[in-house]
Amino acid sequence: MHGAATAGHREDGVTGPAPTPPAALLSIRALRVDLRAEGELRRVIHDVTLDVAEGESVGLVGESGSGKSMTARAVARLLPEGAVTGGEIVFDGEPVLTLRGAALRRFRRGGIATIFQDPAAHINPVRTIGDHLTEGLRLVRGVDAREAERRAAAMLGEVGIAGGERRLRQHPHELSGGMLQRVMIASVLLDEPRLILADEPTTALDVTTQSEVMALLSELSRERRLAMLYITHDLELAAGVCDRTAVMYAGAVMEVQRSAALNDGPLNPYTAALLAARPRVDARSDRLEAIAGRPRSAFEAPEGCVFADRCPHVEDACVAERQELRPLAGGLVRCRRAEELRGRLGHA
Amino acid sequence: MSGALPIERVIPPGAARRRLRGRDPLLAGCVVVIAALVLMALLAPLIAPHDPDASDILAANEGSSLSHPLGTDSVGRDILSRIIHGARLSLLGPALVVVAATVGGVAVALVTAWRGGRVDTVASRVLDILFAFPGLIFAILAVAMFGTGLVAPVIALSIAYLPYIARVIRSAAIRERALPYVEACQVAGMSPLRICWRHLLPNLLPYVAVQAAVSFGYALVDLSALSYLGLGVQPPSAEWGRMVADGQAAILNGNPEASLYAGMAIVVTVLAFNLLADRLVRRTAQ
Amino acid sequence: MPEPVVAVEDLRKEFPVPGAPGLVAVDDVSFELERGESLAVIGESGSGKTTLARMLVGLETPTAGRIEIDGEDRSRPGRRARERLERGRRIQLVFQNPYSSLDRRQPARACIAEMLDLHFGLSPDERDARVRELCEQVGLDERQAGALPRALSGGQRQRVAIARALAVRPQVLVLDEAVASLDVSIQAQILNLLADIRAQEDISYIVVSHDLAVVRQISDKGFVMEHGRVVERGSTVDLLDAPQHPYTQLLRRSVPGPGWTPQRRQRGVHA
Repeated sequence: MHGAATAGHREDGVTGPAPTPPAALLSIRALRVDLRAEGELRRVIHDVTLDVAEGESVGLVGESGSGKSMTARAVARLLPEGAVTGGEIVFDGEPVLTLRGAALRRFRRGGIATIFQDPAAHINPVRTIGDHLTEGLRLVRGVDAREAERRAAAMLGEVGIAGGERRLRQHPHELSGGMLQRVMIASVLLDEPRLILADEPTTALDVTTQSEVMALLSELSRERRLAMLYITHDLELAAGVCDRTAVMYAGAVMEVQRSAALNDGPLNPYTAALLAARPRVDARSDRLEAIAGRPRSAFEAPEGCVFADRCPHVEDACVAERQELRPLAGGLVRCRRAEELRGRLGHA
Repeated sequence: MSGALPIERVIPPGAARRRLRGRDPLLAGCVVVIAALVLMALLAPLIAPHDPDASDILAANEGSSLSHPLGTDSVGRDILSRIIHGARLSLLGPALVVVAATVGGVAVALVTAWRGGRVDTVASRVLDILFAFPGLIFAILAVAMFGTGLVAPVIALSIAYLPYIARVIRSAAIRERALPYVEACQVAGMSPLRICWRHLLPNLLPYVAVQAAVSFGYALVDLSALSYLGLGVQPPSAEWGRMVADGQAAILNGNPEASLYAGMAIVVTVLAFNLLADRLVRRTAQ
Repeated sequence: MPEPVVAVEDLRKEFPVPGAPGLVAVDDVSFELERGESLAVIGESGSGKTTLARMLVGLETPTAGRIEIDGEDRSRPGRRARERLERGRRIQLVFQNPYSSLDRRQPARACIAEMLDLHFGLSPDERDARVRELCEQVGLDERQAGALPRALSGGQRQRVAIARALAVRPQVLVLDEAVASLDVSIQAQILNLLADIRAQEDISYIVVSHDLAVVRQISDKGFVMEHGRVVERGSTVDLLDAPQHPYTQLLRRSVPGPGWTPQRRQRGVHA
């Protein structure tokens, strides 16, 4: 692809040494997004820095307004009209934010495929499942119709839908939500992407179906060595399926860590608060440790640390200046007291 | 205890939004024009320079002058004064039609939306039948049976307009009825009448206002047409549709003022109401 | 044994399907709720849990069976005003979606005041005092109490909905996925609030939820529904720590948590 123009840009990230190997497939550096709302620009992302390596799955977790979905949209180049971006997104050596015309179309067909929360909204209701699955193969890759159908039916088998040939003749309304999400996954896999963007793919599904769909997604992406950026509000779900997890708040990445370490050793007070606030299925707590106030969006966050107004560990200096994301204990954290608080955060 | 509970805060919606919402010059213009028309009708005896019915055969078909700014008609009556006084009957008729058709239409809509099922099916069929009657023909029929004047056409048009309003409001009411807050009212133990009156209706008012404004325009045109045909308000009462008809003969003599100004009054009024409806639709959609 | 505040016997709801046998949403469900107790109705979509809740508060007419609330037969929705009000004073519902369960033209204070006017003949001063008391109980400040729903966040709206329900001092509060659409940090605030209310008032909860962690946090006992039937019942602790029925076990396994990995039921299954 067109890699030459961007080689020099990767170094000007704000983070110093990242915990991932340098060969990141997707690299987001100091991403900033402003959206036009009611005639004024409103910041929705103020600093996202994140890498996804080849074959790696990374969770991006946040509450409403944190900017997690907007980050995914920026990566997929699906930001709303009039959005103003800053920083850099590099996919496979190519800067994504500046792609135009034919290069943009190639990017959308090739490297990155997106799975959305509501599959029904992204599958044409009047056409058959078969049409949806084979369209890309036939039109973009020039596979002949019979071969495309054979591949589509085989892929349905892969995602756990039996009777593929018959399913190809069905329409979206004949399938349940869980089935449709499998169809969505099948269609994404048929595109043979290198990175899957999954934006709350199971939020609309029942828990048992969610478990199956997530198992399927992580199994298949592992088999195919696909990278995945998995966006969700559910910290535990992300930790269960992703190698690393990034936690976002008010338009900024607050912490990135190996998922296995996140639960017991959160580095950022916000992550710790989020973990403590969630009721547990294995034990009742007398009282949940609710976080005071409500989640902020980037444009309404305080001047200094974005979490300063709700943080139980806030000090005067926290309010004074914005914090940068910096390495700590094999992860990345945005908190000036991180070293001092390390080991004291996390649940009792 | 609740005192220890953290209180959530919400940044109030930006001042920019309020400014944007409030600023709609076209809407403001429509409201000003309509308010002026209504004032003109109410204060007609005070502001009209002349008696609208006083004819002066010697001053017939005069052009614009200081004493007759819009000139005089074929029997020498002051056109401006007749337009000003004409606003009374010209606006009263449509207003009565709109009030009657809206009250009836909204009532039908709320009952059918609330009850659903068989009530809704029967009412919808009856409305379908009413749709088959063109308003104007219906009104002419009424005039034929009950005589000319304002009353018969107003009643006929009210009946003819009712199904249009009922249909639009019904579909809005069905959407509104499906919202959980209506069920919350039911769980609270409220009577259907109270829920409709205190909750559904206020939330439907924007739709009702739009329908009323659209209907006003149509009703004004229809009633003017009836007067023009000689089936509505009878001479010498000043009314715009009547004035257009009466002024016709003079047009051929090169004196179009009477018809022209009355016609313009109709156009301006209808336009103001239609634009008002259009702007209200946009506001509701926001 | 004291009389249960809610007793449901063989409750059944069929929805007619044109040209087919009726769809059975709730299939012979029975349970009892003691005073002050919190009972969980656990299930996924299509389990019939919401239909059950709607029958309890009189939004749906059961096809068969009996509902008794506070010793009175409430098997069908009240036809007369007095019946509706009497039921409303005993059992209230908090809906899942705080964005549409409030009248968008009614400020929080007016919403609560209307409920009080409907049920009690209070003087304006008494009423305002009670509105203030309720707002304080659920953690709404002066500004929020005077604000329209659109100026409030999801959590704040749910507080208004809870205050509205509490206004009549009901004996039973049905929480239909009442915290499901809230952010984690806000969910914790509301769950704590619900725990506080149960400690202060003489009130019982029926917690309708798919979320086992929420169920654990605010219920004492419960039952699991699948396709309209109760498949397992017991104390919350037993249900979650030692589930017996395969479906309960599946539900329990599906909850993400530390060390959890998602599981596929089997290859080629029809979801």
